[in-house]
Amino acid sequence: MKEVKRPINKVDGYGLVSGQPVYTDDLAPKNSLVVKILRSPHAFARIKNINTEKAKSLEGVECVLTYKDVPRNIFTRAGQGYPEPSPYDKYILDEYVRYVGDEVAVVAARDEFTAEKALKLLEVEYEVLEPVLDFEKSKGSKSIIHPEKDYKSESFVSSDPKNNIAATYEMSIGDIEKEIEESDVVVKERFYTQAQAHVMMEPHAAYSYIDMQGRLVIVSSTQVPFHVRRILARALGMPIKKIRVIKPRIGGGFGGKQAIHGEPYVALVTLKTGKPAKVYYTRKEVFESTYTRHPMRFDVTIGADKNGKINVIDVRGLSDTGAYGEHALTTFMVAGSKVLPMYNKVKAVRFGGDVVYTNHPPAGAYRGYGAIQANFAIESAMDMLAEKLNMDPVKLREINMIRENETSPIFKIMGEGREGVDMIVRSCKLDECVEKGAKKIDWENKFKAKKEGKKVKGVGMAIAMQGSGIAKIDMGAATLKLNEDGSFNLLIGATDIGTGSDTILSQIAAEVLNVPTESIIPYSSDTDVTPFDVGAYASSTTYVSGNAVRIAAEKMKEEIIKAGAEYFEVPIEEVEFDGKEIKTKDNKITLQKLAEILYYNENQKQLSTTGSYVGDESPSPFMAGYAEVEVDTETGKVDLLNYVAVVDCGTPINPNLAKVQVEGGLAQGIGMAMYEEVIYDKNGRLLTNNMMNYKIPSRVDIKNLDVELVDSYEPTGPFGAKSVGEIGIDTPPAAIANAVYNAVGVRIKDLPITPEKVLKALKEKQN
Amino acid sequence: MKIKMTINNVLKEVEVSPSEFLLDVLRRLDYMSVKKGCDTGTCGVCTVLMDGKPVLSCSVLAASADGHKITTIEGLRDDPEFKAISQALLDEGADQCGFCSPGLILNVYAMKRDLKNPTEEEMKKYLVGNLCRCTGYVPQMRAIKKYFEVRS
Repeated sequence: MKEVKRPINKVDGYGLVSGQPVYTDDLAPKNSLVVKILRSPHAFARIKNINTEKAKSLEGVECVLTYKDVPRNIFTRAGQGYPEPSPYDKYILDEYVRYVGDEVAVVAARDEFTAEKALKLLEVEYEVLEPVLDFEKSKGSKSIIHPEKDYKSESFVSSDPKNNIAATYEMSIGDIEKEIEESDVVVKERFYTQAQAHVMMEPHAAYSYIDMQGRLVIVSSTQVPFHVRRILARALGMPIKKIRVIKPRIGGGFGGKQAIHGEPYVALVTLKTGKPAKVYYTRKEVFESTYTRHPMRFDVTIGADKNGKINVIDVRGLSDTGAYGEHALTTFMVAGSKVLPMYNKVKAVRFGGDVVYTNHPPAGAYRGYGAIQANFAIESAMDMLAEKLNMDPVKLREINMIRENETSPIFKIMGEGREGVDMIVRSCKLDECVEKGAKKIDWENKFKAKKEGKKVKGVGMAIAMQGSGIAKIDMGAATLKLNEDGSFNLLIGATDIGTGSDTILSQIAAEVLNVPTESIIPYSSDTDVTPFDVGAYASSTTYVSGNAVRIAAEKMKEEIIKAGAEYFEVPIEEVEFDGKEIKTKDNKITLQKLAEILYYNENQKQLSTTGSYVGDESPSPFMAGYAEVEVDTETGKVDLLNYVAVVDCGTPINPNLAKVQVEGGLAQGIGMAMYEEVIYDKNGRLLTNNMMNYKIPSRVDIKNLDVELVDSYEPTGPFGAKSVGEIGIDTPPAAIANAVYNAVGVRIKDLPITPEKVLKALKEKQN
Repeated sequence: MKIKMTINNVLKEVEVSPSEFLLDVLRRLDYMSVKKGCDTGTCGVCTVLMDGKPVLSCSVLAASADGHKITTIEGLRDDPEFKAISQALLDEGADQCGFCSPGLILNVYAMKRDLKNPTEEEMKKYLVGNLCRCTGYVPQMRAIKKYFEVRS
């Protein structure tokens, strides 16, 4: 292999570091109207009246929109598969507002100053309603968040809006009660995970204009251009063919841009005024009015025999989807489907619960997507079980965890929103990850070391799995086009959001064609120009879109050979293509020369191929994470000294970029474990609505990350690759909680693990 | 009001409003490398050099830049130090989404001048205001350390 497994620089890297204008707001036409959104000051209210006259009469204001001026088509903003697994519970603008930050009205003005002034001139009269601010009290509450008559969901989504339920899910294998009864040791515990903000560096941005054919063009910082086109068509009541969505460079997404946000508002302003319009969310808007991670509660029961063999795992969950049900069912199912199969030797397993509405900002997709929440609960409970068994937690995992060529019945039962697919885990080096990680952190000595003094060190670990795309639902496609100089355009619907996917997809094409990666010119993504791809989510790009690229490149190779055979007038069996030359026994021609002849001289035609791929399965990347912490027993402060991550992501196409994905994921997981906390006041107003109050880890907080990728090969992946986008985030919460327990004997069961909680627990322990 | 700034070695006379921040003026003048990330002087993506010193352009009133020298990444394109820092980042794959890269590079550029043989801790403290959500900082630090070892 020449082009894959090689740590080449990102193809767009120089453009990014040298500050080229490549992101949405950099590219917006200078004459764009500036769109600003008036947002609700109440957690739950009905708009009785809006007076827009003063705003409209302000010089420079071109458009003011309220719910009376926009199409009333119910839709979901979640950018995921179709038919849609999220309930239809949202209008572009509505007379109800359901959280502090929900959209009330839209103004468009010639500049930002005027737009902001116009916002202040809007007069809104609200009927304030009783909000639901505690997700544990939402189900059946007398305040109903979605009373609208046209609320609906697809038949496979079990919504019950009258009881504030966005989705319910239940699955069960074996006799749970009997297995718990017969277990020698049982752990039964409750865990909570918090809302987490994405805090991608580039805020949400979009602009729109009407092209020369009268079509609506949206340029958006999105992970999912094709879903944006479909959702907008529904929301605006327009045919898909009238809309074009272009994705420029994206300044990070992490799931936060797997949805539509400002797009309908700029679109409507452009449709109403005929002028270009742009929106650039303030950081406050990003926090208050886009998405968070779904906060979840889990009741976990695990039963094992005295030798540590786990018989049964029973998980009861409750998830807070906030004011709208985006990704409600699917994140909840992933909490089960991407964690429970790790312990595939159980006799019985059950997973179920509700996803409820509250009057909080909506939860949505976020790296880890349910798996990280359940991983914290189950991997914490595993350590509690190990302690009861008086067994090393590493050994408990080794006895029970999934191994190569094994399966789990959960794969078939649980998909994302729907039934899953049966699969055998063809590549799984989880055992090697566990073993290597233990060695690297010096587990044997550190786990058993004496825990004394004011500052106490401890180690903890957790294992994790994720997926590679959504099997049998999500599709990616790629088109290759040969140019007359022998270079290739690679047109991909896949969306590079900073991961480097344009680069690794180019590497895959180059490897198949045996050409240097520099000969591949990638372009992603434009719904008019590039073939369909569901976009960047569910750790799918390398695996799903990568396979599509591989197929397109294999077809291109055949086309080149065919063109060579026609040129030399010999059967194709006698022709070879080595990346540079097309050869027969007696003759040869360079690819460049053949391309030139094909386009200018003889038998003229364009060589162009398209490959599509949808996974029959979703191979899991695996990881073992080991944390070493030092806890200050006088202040409760936890320092994360070192984090060892050993990852099986199959064969990395670009080892550098794969490693950075893990490192970036770890830092976000560490943030969730120790620092990041979404806090509301008693009226549901977000207090952590800026980057001073909402603390993501800084450079000083992240001390040492030690990432190793094990040698693994996934036979269904392109050149042995699986995904790596999400897996890195999953283990830090549980591993750090387990390390804190190992250090000072207190167990924090609700994230984040703050000094206050640790100190309080230490004090309680002393008493 | 009219102010004069030397932006990337070119003297410019610019009409600004008294409440306008330097960031917005620079972007209005098409210096698009200066990014807007947080509105509160917290994330570091809007970093520029003012008379050679890193400042957060979202927290500097444009009026106060009157008579000063402003440097953005656009002004460093031919600078060998810029090339070395950015190449080090590219070699580690630490560019990722790239949104924080120009601000970080400008701060590393200034750090090179301000700190002699810095330790890793000193580097981290100097650069603490440049947040990044993609890389986990570790690959950026690998790149910066390599740059310092090779260049210093």
